[in-house]
Amino acid sequence: MSAAPQEDALSLAETQPVGNVGRMKILIIEDDLEAAVYLTKAFREAGIVADHASDGEAGLFMGSENTYDVIVIDRMLPRRDGLSVISELRRKAIHTPVLILSALGQVDDRVTGLRAGGDDYLPKPYAFSELLARVEVLGRRKGTPDQDVVYRVGDLELDRLSHEVRRGGKEIPLQPREFRLLEYLMKNAGQVVTRTMLLENVWDYHFDPQTNVIDVHVSRLRSKIEKDYSQPLLKTIRGAGYMIKDEG
Amino acid sequence: MSRFRVLFKSTAVRLSALYILLFAICAATLVFYVTAMSERLLTGQIRDAVKQEVEQVQRAYDTGGMNLLLRTMERRARQPGANLYIIAGPSGDILAGNVASVQPGVFEEVGWTSAPFAYQRYTDGGGVERRHRAIANIFVLDNGLRILIGRDLGDPERFRLLVRQALMVALAIMGLGAIIIWFAIGRNALKRIDRMSDASKKIMAGDLSQRLPVGGSGDEFDRLSMSLNTMLERIEKLNEGLRQVSDNIAHDLKTPLTRLRNKAADAVDMADGEARRTALEGIISESDQLIRTFNALLMISRVEAGSVAAEMSPVELSAIVSDSAELYEPAAEEAGLGLSASVEPGVEVQGNRELIGQAIFNLLDNAIKYSSDTEGAGTVSLKLARRPDGICLSVADHGPGVPAERRDDVVKRFVRLDESRSKPGTGLGLSLVEAVMELHNGRLELSDTDPDKPEQRGLTVSMIFPAKAA
Repeated sequence: MSAAPQEDALSLAETQPVGNVGRMKILIIEDDLEAAVYLTKAFREAGIVADHASDGEAGLFMGSENTYDVIVIDRMLPRRDGLSVISELRRKAIHTPVLILSALGQVDDRVTGLRAGGDDYLPKPYAFSELLARVEVLGRRKGTPDQDVVYRVGDLELDRLSHEVRRGGKEIPLQPREFRLLEYLMKNAGQVVTRTMLLENVWDYHFDPQTNVIDVHVSRLRSKIEKDYSQPLLKTIRGAGYMIKDEG
Repeated sequence: MSRFRVLFKSTAVRLSALYILLFAICAATLVFYVTAMSERLLTGQIRDAVKQEVEQVQRAYDTGGMNLLLRTMERRARQPGANLYIIAGPSGDILAGNVASVQPGVFEEVGWTSAPFAYQRYTDGGGVERRHRAIANIFVLDNGLRILIGRDLGDPERFRLLVRQALMVALAIMGLGAIIIWFAIGRNALKRIDRMSDASKKIMAGDLSQRLPVGGSGDEFDRLSMSLNTMLERIEKLNEGLRQVSDNIAHDLKTPLTRLRNKAADAVDMADGEARRTALEGIISESDQLIRTFNALLMISRVEAGSVAAEMSPVELSAIVSDSAELYEPAAEEAGLGLSASVEPGVEVQGNRELIGQAIFNLLDNAIKYSSDTEGAGTVSLKLARRPDGICLSVADHGPGVPAERRDDVVKRFVRLDESRSKPGTGLGLSLVEAVMELHNGRLELSDTDPDKPEQRGLTVSMIFPAKAA
């Protein structure tokens, strides 16, 4: 990446070689032109091709005619609202993962959004790093159905059936919550996961943890899986979150 | 008479007028029916009596001829009472009897007169001022003479007149009473409504502290006033909150925004490189903090507006508390504190898991944040227990605590006791907890953990949920 360092997305892009994933292609349906231009540019800098539709009907048309890895949709749109675009896409058997952006508050609207067929929900205002991490996880989810029994990253193995974690063949005992934390990180190996995503998927609470609670859990987990090994696996991505990856 | 017109516009008066009209129609119908029926009954009795007499007179003529008939009739005519006995010639001229004249044409009929007819007595003195009415039976003898036997209708006529007069008087009294009641009710209602609309006008003019008058009788007006007053209280509170928030937002967001602006201005002047990058990252984390503040504000206002109330369901409080303890235990340890949890199992409330979770997280954040600097602060304890007055969820720390007189303040938005703002935070944590408790019909209580130690009294924040109705 050669773009000038302008926002925190870049610190992500540096640690995020996209070449091995193939260029992800997404559709942004957003009526605020300024926000759309910013998002398109920011996604491009992160190695993601982004198309833009500025109202619900256009978005529905583009989403039905082209193939995208992820659709990012604003909830309030002219001509056809976000939730109805999603339901219409799902009715047409288009199962592209959809991330809903919404200026509406958190608790209850998330539920309606997900009920309408959305796959993830991000309330405005949000940090771009959060959006990017979620889009990447959604885009990856599409390709690999979640069927693996054993997740592997380098010499670290996690068996989802026996709930055993091994590194270099040696078992590492983990608390149940630590196991779920590692499971989520390894499921999304090579992807940035944010603190909010961890709180959502490991603890099932949906808001932005404002303090270091999640970091402390991650660093405990890190010390267990990296203590006796020279090769670090679990990286902290500044301004974004965490990523587990085999650098070797 | 504009006052009267206003009065007539009131619903109560219109309804009562309609009621009175209907009642009058019913009463009149009833009275006329009753009079008609009793008149018919009386007339029937008269006819029976006349018929008997006619038979007797006929029998007298059959047995004793004209002589006996005349004697019988004369005897009867002398008896007191209002009977009519006439013997008339074939052409209808009166030959004998106790009546001076009858309405012309009466003798053209035979049998019952088809309608009551008028007649005059000898005692009437020839004038026409007193006209009597009677019904009669006329029969013809074999010598061509016509015999009329009848009865005066004075009694039934007077009876009818009397009943009608009584009815008129009753209706008049009723109408008068109705008008008086109308006026009393209407005037009273109007007065009270006027008072209410006066108060409303003051409120509309911006004086939200005004309240509608409550009479104290507990009638429908009082109930309405009380509901409206409760509504006003809520509006006033929301309005007050709004004003406070906008004041505080202006005040509290200005500082970080200024800082942000200055950092950006510095970064503009820097040469490309590590220093500039660090400055930009500082700007980003400063903006993230602002975004958090806005998120928290939005969250509080949504909770306060009650729009999330629809998402309430039975939630296991015990599980949320255990989750929180588990989530925060490493963070507490990192801060050099212990975290002890005493959780009564199986406690359930009607609520929103996310909001309760976030409220507990806020309290734990605060407890860890404010007691970690205190020497020997020991542990933060999280406790969930059923109490007689409800379900109590408390977070206790052994930090510096909050003086009793500032306890109301710290719950307000953006209020932080730490004037230097050295600890990170939005100053919104407790506001959210309070809003969440209000949404759950519960309350928030602040108290000392160790009241005996003035320097380190600690703070216990209790979320009291109403005991679940069985």
